[in-house]
Amino acid sequence: MENESASHAPNGSRRDFLKQSSLLTALALTPTAVIKAAENDEEIASVFEKVPLKFEVNGVKHSLSIEPRVTLLDLLREQMKLTGTKKGCDHGQCGACTVHIDGRRVNSCLTLAVMQEGKKVTTIEGLANGDKLHPMQEAFIKHDGFQCGYCTPGQIMSAVACVREGHASSPEQVREYMSGNICRCGAYPNIVDAIMEVKNGGNKI
Amino acid sequence: MGKEYLFIDEKEGLDRVDGKMKVTGKAKYAAEHHPAGLVYAILVNSAATKGRIKSIDTKKAERAAGVIKVITHANAPKVPGYENAPRTGGNPEKGPTLGQPLRIFHDDTIYFNNQPIAMVIADTLERAMHAATLVKAEFDTETFSTNLAANAAKGVPPSNAGRALYKRGDADAYKNAEVQVEQNYVLAREVHNPMELHSLVAIWDGDDKVKVYEKTQGVKSSQRAIMDAFKLPEANVQVIAEYVGGGFGAALRTWPHTIAAVLGAKAVKRPVKLMLTREQMFTLVGYRPMTVQKIGLGATKDGKLTGITHEAVAETSMYEEFTEGTVNMSKFLYECPNVNTVYKILPLDISTPTWMRGPGEATGAWALESAMDEMAYALNMDPIEFRLKNYAERDPERNLPFSSKFLKECYQKGAEQIGWFKRNRQPRSMQEDGWLVGYGMSTGTFGAGRGRASVRGTLSADGTMTIQSAVSDSGPGTATAMTEIAANRMGLPPQKIIFELGDSSMPPGPTQGGSTTTSTLGSAVVDVSEAIKKKMFELVAKEGRGFASAKYEDLSFSRGEISQANGRGAKIAYTELLRKNNLPSIEITLNSQGGNERDRYSMYSFSVHFVIVRVHPTTGVVRVHRAVGVSDAGKIVSRKTAESQAIGGVVGGIGMALMEDAVIDHRFGRYVNSNLADYHVPVHADVPKIEALFIDKPDPHTNPMGSKGLGEIALIGFAAAVANAVYHATGKRIRELPITPDKLTG
Repeated sequence: MENESASHAPNGSRRDFLKQSSLLTALALTPTAVIKAAENDEEIASVFEKVPLKFEVNGVKHSLSIEPRVTLLDLLREQMKLTGTKKGCDHGQCGACTVHIDGRRVNSCLTLAVMQEGKKVTTIEGLANGDKLHPMQEAFIKHDGFQCGYCTPGQIMSAVACVREGHASSPEQVREYMSGNICRCGAYPNIVDAIMEVKNGGNKI
Repeated sequence: MGKEYLFIDEKEGLDRVDGKMKVTGKAKYAAEHHPAGLVYAILVNSAATKGRIKSIDTKKAERAAGVIKVITHANAPKVPGYENAPRTGGNPEKGPTLGQPLRIFHDDTIYFNNQPIAMVIADTLERAMHAATLVKAEFDTETFSTNLAANAAKGVPPSNAGRALYKRGDADAYKNAEVQVEQNYVLAREVHNPMELHSLVAIWDGDDKVKVYEKTQGVKSSQRAIMDAFKLPEANVQVIAEYVGGGFGAALRTWPHTIAAVLGAKAVKRPVKLMLTREQMFTLVGYRPMTVQKIGLGATKDGKLTGITHEAVAETSMYEEFTEGTVNMSKFLYECPNVNTVYKILPLDISTPTWMRGPGEATGAWALESAMDEMAYALNMDPIEFRLKNYAERDPERNLPFSSKFLKECYQKGAEQIGWFKRNRQPRSMQEDGWLVGYGMSTGTFGAGRGRASVRGTLSADGTMTIQSAVSDSGPGTATAMTEIAANRMGLPPQKIIFELGDSSMPPGPTQGGSTTTSTLGSAVVDVSEAIKKKMFELVAKEGRGFASAKYEDLSFSRGEISQANGRGAKIAYTELLRKNNLPSIEITLNSQGGNERDRYSMYSFSVHFVIVRVHPTTGVVRVHRAVGVSDAGKIVSRKTAESQAIGGVVGGIGMALMEDAVIDHRFGRYVNSNLADYHVPVHADVPKIEALFIDKPDPHTNPMGSKGLGEIALIGFAAAVANAVYHATGKRIRELPITPDKLTG
């Protein structure tokens, strides 16, 4: 995820180059941010290393300026303070960071935030309808589909997608299609019960 | 007691009181606090396994964008608590010393691979991560040893042998028995790997006051560790852990990274967040130590045990002596005149292990209960019949009665549920759908302790009861169980009970570990509820109006009202009583602990695990097809959370039995599978329907609820049940965990 070009450039980095060349350009264009950033020349580089991102999170449009190396997970957690999406491994191995992007379940730690231009992201915070819980959230409570609760947002986001995908026709199929979401407390049987109940409830979710 | 659950369906149990917070993502775990001015810390780890840091170059990192500070042993501010503590590092020739936690950034010594050697603090997470890659170190390396299996014979007795060195009757009596079993059993190193990475946010207020959001199973013990390290008074250290994303023992103690982040925050005068990486979770927060055990069993031809010998050698680090109760259960689980146990440790160039769910008892049960199965087959007896023949009605170790023991009922209930006696006992005799089928069972036991806890109970004039204690809940459902206990005792619906935890400034509660939280804290909740009821009684007695001559025993506290138990006479709501007395609330803080019952009784929880496995005859793949667990955990106080706890133990047991193995490449002293793709844990597809049954009979001596611990026995013994089932399925006895396909096809 790290921008390594700096260390590959001979004698001085791309960052240094940006600092020098951009200073001239920047002064010509005089965006206030750059002038202000010039007080600390390290910050100049960062202004130019940021890219615009317009996307929607939980129905709210956002227009941000972010570093290209920022993952969607870290953007959500650290910059947008949407901490319902969890970091469990940062390697796409545990599923705790699962969100929906345009309706598909995705490990947000394995996708860069800048890739979400124009897309609709739903996190656990956007699943309930105001105070009314989503049926999957209710079923998780009823069947006690968690203990510590840390994998739970990822499990629920994955579970909703699993049903929508048509991969919840039997407990066996659910177990297979939910296996990307690790629960270390071991709530698996209760999670499967919760998903089957929502599926068999027949409501569109 | 059951009938007193007026508002809770006892069969279903209460939904988790923090459930809504958890399913909506609103529950905030340690790393999810963002105080103003927050900056990020990343640890840099040693590539060397043993030796000294020759040089460490931090210049590039310091020059990188956004970097505020890089801390190493060369420039780290002093941690006052490190200075007068004894020198760490055991001398292998003299045996290890008791040591102390690794003093992070204290000097240039490297004790294990991946030891933190620097910490980069930057204004954003990404900048800290990048700068951490720019720190370069060189080492003077020394020869190291990380291999327990190859060096087990070099094990030494721990400096405090405690209960571990034990003899009843003759040592090694099994060697003279008519029928003998003597085998070695190897347990692989397991890593807790809770889903939440160990994290904290440290916020200083000036130079002498700090608040820490921390992932911990004990807010008071974390507070104490930080007080000791920074020589601060209790009032100046606040530890908050409102939600904890799993622990399984890994958050029982305060690890060096916590001290590092608190130190870093002080140095940069800004709040610091540190979240370990998954790889760092393998070396910085403990693990279940690899352990090599020998069991010797001797029996008469008709199945009476005449000798049990249990020896264990476990790995530990060079700087701390970690020991656990690996051999304990062999002393009391079965009636046997001759028992001896030996427990040794071997210091290696690795990080310090720690208790992992079931701790040593799970390690010991794997060996003992495997050997018991081997002996049953050697005797041509049913494994349950063999165990019943040697059933201990009294504790043979302490020669005391058990406070309660319904283990026989566990055997019976589980056997019926799984159809134990309908199986064909011959190994490799059963098949289904092209798979070999095997049945296995085992026993688990763990001490049922009750510690000390303080709680504050506040009954408000609005009819709510708030209870506070400085405990944390890593998942079992402490607040839910406490709400059920308080609702029951106070005669209030659970919606009127608010249980608050996770803040060290509350009255001191216990660390959540060793299956004692419900027993310890629940007793305090009972005591504070009774104290508040007595206070209300004083008020009504003073008031007269039909209560003047009433005795406390004659009153009923139910549905938020005080009335005569016989149903006649006066009634008054708690709310009305407080209002009439112009009391906004009744608040009582008390300390609660048991009496001398521990001197008069042996207190243990018991469990029996039954499994059906399927083993693929060609590939050697083992699948747990069905699991039935029966627990004698006393009276179940919170049905729903108890079932989840029992199920969770079994899932942990599936990992222990079939998958979990943290592998060190001994050429480099470094883990080769320190991530969740290569370190296998059970996933959905590995876990069948699990049947968690309870005897649910109160123990008259443990505590006022009659409960006993559940979290440990839910796992203890399970791995042996799987190994025994694999033997029944295949005729192959696997004595080295995990039972991976290579061991069955080789």
